[in-house]
Formats: sequence, C-alpha cells, structure tokens
Amino acid sequence: MSITVDAGKCNGCTLCVKSCGTNAIEIKDKLATIVLESCTMCGACVTACRFKAISIEIEKQPVEDLSKYKGVWVYGEQRDGHVAPVVFELINIGRELANARNTELAVVILGANISNAVDQIASYPVDKVYVYEAPELETYDAERYCRVLTDVTRELKPEIFLAGATTTGRSFMSGVAINLYTGLTADCTGLEIGEDDLLHQTRPAYGGNIMATILCPYTRPQMSTVRHKVFPMSCKRVDGRARIIDLKAKPTLFGSRSKVTDFVETVGEKVNLVDADIIISGGRGLGCPENFSILRELADEIDAAVGASRAAVDAGWIPYAHQVGQTGKTVCPRIYIACGISGAVQHQVGMRSSDTIIAINKDPNAPIFQIAKFGFVGDVLEVLPQLTKKIKAKRGAPETCPV
Amino acid sequence: MPGTTEVKIDPETKTLVREGVETQINPFDLYALEEAVRTKEKMTAAGDPSTVTVISMGPPQAEDALREAISLGADDAVLLSDRAFAGSDTWCTSYALAKALKNIEPDLVLCGMQAIDGDTGQVGPGIAIHLDYAQAAYVAEITQIDAKKMAVKRLLEEGYEFCEVKLPAVLTVVKEINEPRTPSLRGKMNAKKAEIVKWGAADVNAPADKVGLQGSPTQVIKIMTPPCREGGEKYQGETPELVEKLFDVLRSMEVV
Repeated sequence: MSITVDAGKCNGCTLCVKSCGTNAIEIKDKLATIVLESCTMCGACVTACRFKAISIEIEKQPVEDLSKYKGVWVYGEQRDGHVAPVVFELINIGRELANARNTELAVVILGANISNAVDQIASYPVDKVYVYEAPELETYDAERYCRVLTDVTRELKPEIFLAGATTTGRSFMSGVAINLYTGLTADCTGLEIGEDDLLHQTRPAYGGNIMATILCPYTRPQMSTVRHKVFPMSCKRVDGRARIIDLKAKPTLFGSRSKVTDFVETVGEKVNLVDADIIISGGRGLGCPENFSILRELADEIDAAVGASRAAVDAGWIPYAHQVGQTGKTVCPRIYIACGISGAVQHQVGMRSSDTIIAINKDPNAPIFQIAKFGFVGDVLEVLPQLTKKIKAKRGAPETCPV
Repeated sequence: MPGTTEVKIDPETKTLVREGVETQINPFDLYALEEAVRTKEKMTAAGDPSTVTVISMGPPQAEDALREAISLGADDAVLLSDRAFAGSDTWCTSYALAKALKNIEPDLVLCGMQAIDGDTGQVGPGIAIHLDYAQAAYVAEITQIDAKKMAVKRLLEEGYEFCEVKLPAVLTVVKEINEPRTPSLRGKMNAKKAEIVKWGAADVNAPADKVGLQGSPTQVIKIMTPPCREGGEKYQGETPELVEKLFDVLRSMEVV
C-alpha cells in the first residue's frame, strides 16, 4: 500500500493539511508532503483535496471465489421469544438489498422455545427463516452465540449479513466477523448496492461530524450493524409465509466460559431510549432531582421515554441508563423534547439525528435552539406542568372519567 | 483518539479541522483505566499483587495519552506504533492489540465500551476472539473477582444482566462503572519519568498482510460532512402562550 501526491495536480493549497487528524502533511515548496511515520492512511486528505492530487493505492485480491456467497441475511435478535423491534426494520432494508442483488432474503434466529418468534418473522416478506434451536441457547451468551453463528455463516455463505446495532448485536457480531476474517461496519445509517454490486455502507463518525462510506470488497459476507429507527419497519407480507428451515444443532459448539445468573428488567418507566418513538429529556434546568417527576408525568401522558443530559446524570438526579449524548446513548426518535438542556456538543451528538427536535430553555442563547425545529424560550418548571394539565384536560383526566 | 469536542468543521472548506487536537485518553477508556487500577488495589490488598499495564495503538503522539494514564495509576505503558499499522480497521486493530497482549499475558483486559472517533464498540470484543479469552461487554459493575473468575453486571437496553466470567477475560465498560480519579502529584511525577515501551509490528509478530490498510477487510471510500442542521422557529412570550403553541405543535404531530 502506498500514498502518493501528484506534483502536477497539487498547488499547495493546504486543504489536506487541515483535514489531517495526525498532522501528517506538510507543505514544502508548494507541494503537499506526507510524513509517513504519522500518517494513518485514513483517507481524509484524499477526499479533502479538490484537485484529486492525493491517492492511496493498495494491491489486494480476493483469496477465494466470492460468487459462492449468495443472499442477504438478517440476524433475528430475540430475548425470551420477543423479537427486537430493529429486526423488522432490517427486514425492510434487507428486502431492498436482496431485490437489488436479485437474491433471497433470510432471517437467521438462535434460541430455545422460539416458535412464536419464528412464526412472527415468517409473516414478513422474507424468503427463508433459518432456525437454530437448542436449550443451551435459551439465554444469550456472547461466546456460545458467536461460535454458533460463525459456524452457520461459514456453512451457508450469505453475501450480506445485517444485524441491529444493539448492545448484543454490536458486541457479538464483531466476533463473528473476526472469526470469518471479514469486515463489519458498525452503526450504519445508510445501506445501498452500488454500481459495483458492492454494499455501500454509510456511518457517522466523530460523533456525527462526518459521514464515512465503507466497502468490504475482498471478503464475504459484507457485514453491518444498523442503528434503530433509521429505516422504516417492514409491512407484513400479503400472503403465504416464509420457508422455515431448521438447522441441526451441534453441541460441540456450546462451550462457554461465562454464565448468565440473573436478569433484572428495569420496570416502572421506559428506559429503552433507542426504541422510543418520543423522548423527553431533562437537564440542569430542572434544578433538582424531584423535578424529574414533572417530566415523568408528561412522559406518561404522551407515552414517551425519559432521557437526561450528562449534567443531570452526573449530579445523581437520574440513573446513567437515561443519559443521552457522547458518553451515553445515541438516539433518533421521531420527536425529541429537550427540557432545560443547554445542548452542548456532547449532548447534540447523541440526539441530533432525531426527526423533530423541540427545545424548552430559559436562555434564549442556548445552543440547543440552533438545532431545534421548535424552540420555546421559557421556564420548563412552568411550561411543562401547564402543558401536562392541558393535555389531561383535553383527554379528560382519569379522575373525571366515569368508571 | 482525538477528542470529539475539539473537532470542528471549517465552514469555508467543509473539511474537518483537526489542527491542535490533543491526543488524549478517550473518555470511555478513563473508566476502564480507573476500574483496572481499582481492581489492582483490591487484588493487591487481598494478597494477590497485580499491576496495570496500559496499551494503545496509534501514532507516536499517542505517547502523551499513555503518560496521562500513568499519572492516573497505571504502572507501565506500551505504545503499539508502526507504519505497517496505518489504515487498520477494527479487524486489524483488534488483531494487532491481541498480538501485543500475547506478549503481556494479562488475566484481565479492560476496554472502554467504544472510542469517540470511530465509536464502533467492536475492538474490545474483537480482542477477546483473537486472544480466545472469555468476554463481557457493557459492564457496569464488577461485583466480585478472584484469581480464577469474576461476577459482573452488564447494562443492556432493557435492564441489567448478571453473569459469571472465567479469567482470563476481556471486558468493555460503561461510564456507570466508576468515577475516575484525578491525577495525584506522585502520579504526575511518575508519568514524567516513566519509560514508554514501544513495539512495532515485528515485536508482536504481526505479519504485514494482516495489519494496516493491506490487512483490513473494510475500506473507507468516501468521507463527507453531513448538511448542518438548522434551527427553526423560536417562540418567546408568556407561559400560557408558550404552552398553547407547544400544545399545537404536539397536536400537529399527532402526539396529543
């Protein structure tokens, strides 16, 4: 591999110097010069150069016949028989990709006692459902699941393999890709088949400051984890159902050095922010932990999940599971309501891809207003309770309902 | 490794301005480091003396981040740096780190749950596979640990999972796990005089065709800046007016 600067095209404009994250480019006599020991070959300068003067060349060939790999797969993540909502979004985009490649779409599902989940998936527009059932797979175990899925993938050779960018998908699909020595692109927000017949995977990097398009040209399958709520859910199929294919379990794959001992579901309120259609988040502007109850009351009325800024979490007002932002969760709900959150860049990277952002803040200069479609300059502690009251009144508050 | 907060987009050229970006420890890695130091202290107190080695793969400038790690309680630091590593994707990064870890043979490897530049979250679990270690991702608490095994609590979307993991193991940790300390005066002194061990591809037996751009299954073909998100309408006024308007907005989106 090598990186070269075409002296005939370079005019020493310094665009590449500014684009370099490792200060690996110097301009000498109006010519960009790469400091090889600092260069990480990230390609930022190649894109930044307006004169197409910089190029990175690699010599590489596939080590096997890639045409053996056929079909698009979706990983059918489930817990206790409940299919993760992102699976139905993956079926939708997976169907598009399969059609573009003129191939089949299959869902592969691992677990025990999952016949309901299998039936549910079979009622969507997929061609096949591969079912791998064994009592040992009842609860998710990274090591065991990874080994089983590696084996199945190696044997059945899909061309493209998609999984949800959930905590589970992000961690164990990585192992599958490592075992297969193929590429896995994390947190994709864009997927399409290019003119080269390859899967063009687009993902945000640097907290969404840039979008990178990534290919996996020489190995298969081309694997991606996909963010929630980026692609719409698939509709059910009009008639018929998918072919269900039972895979033979191989007990030799079931060894593991870890064991799940318990699972404690967070009850009482919605903390699964990534699945939420509406999120209402509170920040320092709430003033004290007790005031989160104002937020919760509104959240109950409009069926929203409660989020929080780092400031509120660090102050101990609300558990970390609620934190949105760089060191918390990245969310993209249909509606995000930021209450008393100034909107520092660290918060914005976690929520700025929400469809509609509504902000309420006392400070008219708060940065959150720069990205909010609807900004309200006011005191959350006054606005929210009155809003909740108004919504209740319009609906007919429960206490006035005839029983 | 650059901090996201320092990254800005040049409005004129629409390119990334990364001048002066400090090479600093990823925020998530601070929690991993703190947990490593706490685990060491716990193990040592229990009569099982341990040390913390911090390892990073990156350009020579990453040495600053390693010194910072020593000031925060790490005993040794290894910088994995080589021209051959340039352009490594997550497969090659976890491969090279695993190769280096084979030289060290640690009982426990702690990683932040993700970086903030690539933020893929794939390198930690990848290291576990390459090393053939047990693993646990998104760990929010180490509830118990001895020389052979540990019990951890993992933060998932729907709640907490508790599991037992045999050592050696690789963990990735979330922010909830601890509150990192600030560097002590002694730590700062140690950091200044510490010798950073530097390894290249040959030192860790990583063949050239398995690292760097050459060994990476994935390739970045395009980098662009997404269109800036623009603010919309801003309403000011008395609370009842605001409530009225907000109600209308929510109604227009069929929320109420």
